[in-house]
Amino acid sequence: MALDFERPLLELEAKIEELKRFTKEKGIDFSDEIAMLEKKSRDMKENIFHNLTPWQKVQIARHAARPNTLDYIKALFTDFLELHGDRLYGDDPAVIGGIARYKGIPVTVMGHLKGHDTKENVQRNFGMAHPEGFRKALRLMKQAEKFGRPVICFIDTAGAYCGMGAEERGQGEAIARNLMVMSALKTPVIAAVIGEGGSGGALALGVANRILMQEHAIFSVSSPEAAASILWKDGSKAKEAAEALNLTAQDLLRLGVIDEIVPEPLGGAHSDLTATYHLMDEALERHLKELLEQSTEELVEARYAKFRAMGQTG
Amino acid sequence: MVLEIFRKPKYVTVRPETARDSEKRDIPEGLWVKCTRCNEILYTKELEKNFKVCQKCNFHFRLGARERIRMTLDEGSFKEYDNELTTVNPLNFPNYSEKVAAAQEATGLKEAVVTGEGTIDGFPVVVGIMDSHFIMGSMGSVVGEKIARSIERAIEKKLPVIIFSTSGGARMQEGILSLMQMAKTAAALAKLDEAGLLFVSVLTDPTTGGVTASFASLGDVIIAEPGALIGFTGPRVIEQTIRQKLPEGFQRAEFMRQHGMVDMIVNRPQMKETLAKILSLHKR
Repeated sequence: MALDFERPLLELEAKIEELKRFTKEKGIDFSDEIAMLEKKSRDMKENIFHNLTPWQKVQIARHAARPNTLDYIKALFTDFLELHGDRLYGDDPAVIGGIARYKGIPVTVMGHLKGHDTKENVQRNFGMAHPEGFRKALRLMKQAEKFGRPVICFIDTAGAYCGMGAEERGQGEAIARNLMVMSALKTPVIAAVIGEGGSGGALALGVANRILMQEHAIFSVSSPEAAASILWKDGSKAKEAAEALNLTAQDLLRLGVIDEIVPEPLGGAHSDLTATYHLMDEALERHLKELLEQSTEELVEARYAKFRAMGQTG
Repeated sequence: MVLEIFRKPKYVTVRPETARDSEKRDIPEGLWVKCTRCNEILYTKELEKNFKVCQKCNFHFRLGARERIRMTLDEGSFKEYDNELTTVNPLNFPNYSEKVAAAQEATGLKEAVVTGEGTIDGFPVVVGIMDSHFIMGSMGSVVGEKIARSIERAIEKKLPVIIFSTSGGARMQEGILSLMQMAKTAAALAKLDEAGLLFVSVLTDPTTGGVTASFASLGDVIIAEPGALIGFTGPRVIEQTIRQKLPEGFQRAEFMRQHGMVDMIVNRPQMKETLAKILSLHKR
């Protein structure tokens, strides 16, 4: 599915393909035209992707073809063993987690899981967790702490689910508990925002020693739609809210919330999966290596200091 | 994550012309007020004497932070912390500074929480008291910082902490920095836990969003005032999401106790003695 601002680019690319086919089938030489159009396409692509507006980034972050948590687990980890359930009520398919090896080391890996299509999204509740999802994540984190495994969390959710059952079973408490326990977890924790980081539901997997964020991912106090509705009583002003909220990776680096921006291939993470996985892998490996050199006390103290310093006051 | 519980004023004054707009909601200037829930006409002085609780139907009117301090702490014992901390506009959010200035003017407070220490029946305690009249008690950098600092002081002084919450959630105008206050306050409570110190969380109407999803839900003991709305997502957003009406009493204090989320519901006139009892049981 093409995004509006990608359309001229995709049309141009289709045209180039057409000329190439012509060359092949009819034997007419269009190489000059093709070279010219290819240059134009490259320039256009750079122009678009180096000047994305916050709202365009929101759309890229939500792109159905964007790699999700399970894609990263499959691409970067081996021996993944999925573990289910919170031992309290149920198993939430909106959060996936388990044990795996990363560069040969046993780790606990988890994340919100969005689907790539409607069917998957219905099954995964669009990556919007109930309390059981957060409590499963918490159980796996405590388990990681017990066995001295590093924790790697992928963040990709519009937010915690807003429903009756979620409220009845303590959505607020589930998130709060995760924040508290994660802040003191005696093992390295890395979080990577790979798409949409929406509100408390995202943060519940995000109290990490290092927070990485992909170039076109977003991370926000609430979805732009919800913010518009709260601020201006008008959910249709999401675009304006996206501008005002400072939700891009570039904003968050400036505000001291994230540690590093993980680059995406030109055209966004979904345009070249191999390159995307490689770029993520490089960042994850480097940060994990650094954290593995720290003592447990250093890890816990540094994590506390990191979040303690967040915010601006006069 | 935040809320839309910007409800109608809780009561109307019988002589509204004597009250400024902001005062109408909170400090009845008239001799009589009408209870929003049961419509009983209440004599203002009697209402004040009864901790702003309707004598007829037990409706708990919302309190300002200063009123709450007066009702809860021993007279003259309160020493405020960090009142000099001021709100900035880190995102240059349109009209935010004006909104803060207007809230300051209307409430006489600097921000949506007042923190400090004092005594309750002689027991020393660190307190945080939120005020929903200040931008819906929303949590931005100053609220998060004041709460984190007060918890850290409690650890230094080995004192218990009591926080009265009332909030629509994280403050939109400070964006992600507001969200991060949830992690900051929860992390400070993890340290309090580690130090073996008591945290009593008192949930008052309304407690929602990012405050429910951080410190407010992490009390060793969680108390709620009767009828208080308590939840993560506010009722309007839930109704929009599931496209059906919520049942009567959903997310009220009584519902939350039934679902295991709060330890007890305490009427405001008994709040101080209940807190004193809890403090005495944890005396070190």
